[in-house]
Amino acid sequence: MTKKKRPVIEREEVVVKFVGDSGDGMQLTGSMFSDVAAIVGNDLATFPDFPAEIRAPQNTVAGVSGFQVHMGSSKIFTTGDLVDVLVAMNPASLRSNLKWAKKGATILTDTDAYDDKTIEKAGYKANPFTDNSLDGFNMIMAPITTLTKASLQELGVENKIAERSKNMFALGMLYYIFNRDLNSSFKYFEHKFKKKPELIEINKIVLQAGYNYADTIEALESVIQVSAAPMEKGRYRNITGNLGTAWGLLAAAEKSGRPLFLGSYPITPATEILMELAKHKSLGVKVFQAEDEIAGICSAIGASFAGSLACTTTSGPGLSLKSEAIGLAVITELPLVIVNVQRGGPSTGLPTKSEQSDLYQALFGRNGECPVIIVAASTSENCFYYSYMAAKLSMEHMTPAILLTDGYLGFGSTLFRIPKMADMPSINPPIAEANDSDYKPYKRDHETLVRQWAIPGTEGLRHRIGGLEKENVTGVVSSDPINHQVMTDMRAQKVEKVADFIPEQEIDGPDKGDMLVVSWGGTYGSVHSAVSKMQKEGKSISHAHFHYILPLPKNTIKVLKSFKKIVVCELNSGQFVNYLRMKFPMPNIFQFNKVQGLPFMINELTDKFNQLLEEK
Amino acid sequence: MDFINMTVERTNVQLTKADFESDQMVKWCPGCGGHAILAAIERVFPKIGYRKENFCMISGIGCSSRFPYYVNTYGIHGIHGRAAAISTGVKIANPRLSVWTITGDGDSLAIGGNHFIHVIRRNVDLNILLFNNQIYGLTKGQYSPTTPMGKITKTSPMGTIEHPFNIGELVMGAQGTFFARVPDNNIALMTDCMFEAAKHDGTSVTEIMENCVIFADKAHAPVTGKDVKDETMLILKDGSPMVFGKNNEKGLILKDTMLDVVEIGKNGITIEDILVHDQYSQDPGIQLMLAKLAPPHFPMVFGVIRSAMYPTYDDLVEEQIKFARETSKIKNVDDLLNSGDTWEI
Ligand SMILES: Cc1ncc(C[n+]2csc(CCOP(=O)(O)OP(=O)(O)O)c2C)c(N)n1
Ligand code: SF4
Ligand SMILES: [Mg+2]
Repeated sequence: MTKKKRPVIEREEVVVKFVGDSGDGMQLTGSMFSDVAAIVGNDLATFPDFPAEIRAPQNTVAGVSGFQVHMGSSKIFTTGDLVDVLVAMNPASLRSNLKWAKKGATILTDTDAYDDKTIEKAGYKANPFTDNSLDGFNMIMAPITTLTKASLQELGVENKIAERSKNMFALGMLYYIFNRDLNSSFKYFEHKFKKKPELIEINKIVLQAGYNYADTIEALESVIQVSAAPMEKGRYRNITGNLGTAWGLLAAAEKSGRPLFLGSYPITPATEILMELAKHKSLGVKVFQAEDEIAGICSAIGASFAGSLACTTTSGPGLSLKSEAIGLAVITELPLVIVNVQRGGPSTGLPTKSEQSDLYQALFGRNGECPVIIVAASTSENCFYYSYMAAKLSMEHMTPAILLTDGYLGFGSTLFRIPKMADMPSINPPIAEANDSDYKPYKRDHETLVRQWAIPGTEGLRHRIGGLEKENVTGVVSSDPINHQVMTDMRAQKVEKVADFIPEQEIDGPDKGDMLVVSWGGTYGSVHSAVSKMQKEGKSISHAHFHYILPLPKNTIKVLKSFKKIVVCELNSGQFVNYLRMKFPMPNIFQFNKVQGLPFMINELTDKFNQLLEEK
Repeated sequence: MDFINMTVERTNVQLTKADFESDQMVKWCPGCGGHAILAAIERVFPKIGYRKENFCMISGIGCSSRFPYYVNTYGIHGIHGRAAAISTGVKIANPRLSVWTITGDGDSLAIGGNHFIHVIRRNVDLNILLFNNQIYGLTKGQYSPTTPMGKITKTSPMGTIEHPFNIGELVMGAQGTFFARVPDNNIALMTDCMFEAAKHDGTSVTEIMENCVIFADKAHAPVTGKDVKDETMLILKDGSPMVFGKNNEKGLILKDTMLDVVEIGKNGITIEDILVHDQYSQDPGIQLMLAKLAPPHFPMVFGVIRSAMYPTYDDLVEEQIKFARETSKIKNVDDLLNSGDTWEI
C-alpha cells in the first residue's frame, strides 16, 4: 500500500456521522468504524438515528438512516453535539444532516448519487454542489459508486451486488482519514461471511480500494489521529442501554437466586429489552410476550407472588396502561421492576425520540397514595448497574421499583468494563421460612418495615393478598379507618427508608459555591461536559446528577443548601425541579428545559449557566 | 382415581374439607350461588389430592372474585378483569402449582375479554371458574356481556340492546381445549366437572350458571329450575348417548348438518340412533353445536362439552428452557457478559 506522507494531526475527540438511505448499510458501517476505534483504545459513545418508517421511499429525507460515533483519547460522555466528519451517501442524507456539521467539517459524499431525480426527491431546489450551501466545508466529493464497481470489475461481480458494497468503499476512505488499520475489518468479514466466502473477497477489495483512493486524492491535506484513551484496565465490550438493562436484570436474578420473569408488550424504544431477554432461555429466564401492557405487568405480579424476580418493560404510553396494576403491586407489597424507556409524549408523541417527561407519571401517575422506588440510569453503560439496583432494592424492600431510562440511553452505546458477578453487591430477599408459625402476611421488619415473601408451594405459609386494604400484620381484609392510615404511612415510610440503603448524593466539583447544576437520567453526559468546561474556565460551578429519585439521597437538602443558585436541567417542562421545590421549598432553584425530542447541546447549557451566574 | 397432572406434587395424607376452610366470614348474600360453588370446591380439592400448599387461587374483582378469601390456599384477589393475566404469570413462574382462576361474567368477558381469549388461545394450564350470573353483582345490577337481549337492568331500563356472548362458543372460537357448563344447584355435577377441569392439561373454562338473588334472581331458572330442568337440561357424559327428558326418552341426533331432538321409540328411533358424546374429540364441530343449544327448541347441555389434548403453554416454556440449557454455551451471567466481541485494555 502506497502511503503519501501526509501530516498527522492529533485530535482529542472527534464526532463522525454516517448517513445515507435506509438501504445503504449505515448502521453496519458506523458500528464497524466504532469497533475499530474501540480496539485501538479510544473511549466512545455511539447513537443510531433510524427513520421512524420501516420502508420510507428511497432517497427521501424520511428514509435517511444514520449512525453517529463520538470517539476520543479522553473520557467520552456524550454521543456528540455537532459532527467533525459527515459521510453522506446521498442528497437526502446530506440535506437533512448538514445542520449537524461543525463549521469547516469534512464532508464525504458520493457524487454518483446526485442526479436530477434524487436531488429533487431530497427536497433541494438546485444541486447543492452549485448553490453555495456547502461553502466553508471541507468537501471530499468522490464518485464512490463508480469506483466501487470499478474495483470489482476483475472479479466479474454483478453491478447490483457491487453497488451494495459502496458503504465499504466509504469506510475504507474513513479508515485512511483516521489512520486506522484494515485488519480487524478483514477479520470481521471472514467471520461474518463464513458461509458466503465470495462476499469476504468483495468486501476486502472494496474496503482496500476506498483506503487507497483516499491516499491519492488532493482534498485531503492531513490525516487525523485519535490516540488511545487512558482507561481502567479490564475486559471491555460495547453495550447499548437496552442491552445493559436486560443484562442487569439477569444478573440480579442470578445473584438473588430468584428466577427471572419478564411480562412485556413490544413498544419503541423498549422492545430490545424484551427481545434480548427472549434470547437467554439458557439462563432460565421466562419471557412472556403478553397481549397488552396490562397483561404484561399483571403476569409479572403473578410471577412475583410465585417467587420470581418479576419485571415488565415498556415506554410512556405502556406505563399509562400499567398504572392500575402498579397499585396492586404496591398494596400487595410485592417486588416488581417496571422499566420505562422514555420517549417523547404525550400519547404516541415522538416514539423514536427521547424525553424525560414521564417523571411525574412515575412519581404520581396512580390512584391513591401509591409510592414506589424510582431509579434512573444516566449512561448506556450504567443501565446495567441501575437495573440491577432497581431489582435489588425492589426485592429487598418488597416494593415495586420503576427504572427510568430513555431512548437515547436505550439505543445508544458506550464502552462497558465487564464486571465479575462475584463483585456485584449481594441481594437478599426476605423470604419467609417454611412452617414459620409466626408468619403473618403483613408482619414487618422493625427497621425497614418490609414484609416477608412467602412463596406458594411452601409448607405452612398459605395466605391471601390482594387489592383490598389489609389489616397490618394479619393481612385480613380491613376497611378500618385507623388501619388504612397506618398502612398508607407504612407503605410510604417503607419506600423512604430505602434512603438508608443507597449512596449519598455526590457532587462533581467543589461542594459549595455560586451555582449547582442539577440533572437526572440520560442528560448526564451533556450536563457533565458543560459543567466541566466551565469549571476549566474557572467558574464557581458544580454538578449533582441524581440516580435515585424516590427516595432521594439523604444528603440532598444539604447539597442544595450549599450553593447560592441551583439550576435544574431536564428534557421536559420542569418535572424534577418541581419535585425538588415541593420537597425543599427554596427560592433559588432555577430551571432549564427543552422538549424537542433532542438532547441538550453543550453550548446551550453553558450559555444558560453563564447567564444565570451573571444575573444578580 | 383418574389420572391427575403429575407436575403438581401430591399429598400423602388424605385431606378433607377442613383443610381448605378459611377463617374469613363469607360475605355473599344469603342464597347467592357463590355458597354452593364454595362447597363444591371444598369437596373437590381434597379429592384432587395435591398438596394443599400447591393450590393457588387468583381472582379479579366482583362478588365472585372474593372467592380466594374464603378458601385456605395461596391466593391473590387481583384487579378487575386481570385474573387470567395474573394467573398466567403464576403458572409460568411455577408450573408445579395448581392454579385456579376465579372470575365473573363482567370480569372475564367485558373488561378482561382480551386476557380471556388470549389465555385460552395459549392453552396455559389454568382452571378458570367463570361465575356467570348474567349481571354485575358487586356494582349492583348493571347488565353484563352475558345478560340476555332485552333484559331490564339498572343500566338498561328499556331492556338491553346487546347480543350476549355464549361462553362456550367464545371459548371454542378462541381455540379452547376445555369447556364445561354446570348449574350452581347441582353440587355433584359441579364437583365432577371441577375434577375433570383439574385433570385437563391446558386452560379449562367451567361456566357456572350462578344465581344472583339480588340483581338477577332466577335468571337461569327457565333452564335449571327444578320444575323444568328435565326438559331443558341435557347432562353430557363422555361415551354415552345424549339423552334427556324425565325418563331419558329424548335424545339428540345429527340430521343433515344440524342437531335435532328426537323421541326414542317414535318414528323408528332407537337409542342406537342417538349421538354419543365425545368430549375428547379434537374437532370441536359437534361440541360447538352442543354449546350453542338452548330452549325452547333444544335443551341446554351441561357437563364437560370439550376436553381436547393439546400441548400447554407452560410445558412448552419448560421444554424450550431445557433445550436452551442443554445446547447453549452461556451457562451463567459471567458467560453472557463475556460473550461476543470483547477486548482487554
Ligand atoms: C377498573 C375498574 N373498573 C370498574 C370497577 C367496578 N366494578 C367492580 S366489579 C364490576 C363488575 C363485576 O361483575 P362480574 O364480573 O360479573 O362479577 P359479579 O359481581 O357479578 O360476581 C365492576 C364494573 C372496578 N373495580 N375496577
Ligand atoms: S349481589 Fe348477587 S352475586 Fe353478589 S353476593 Fe349478592 S347474590 Fe351474590
Ligand atoms: Mg356477574
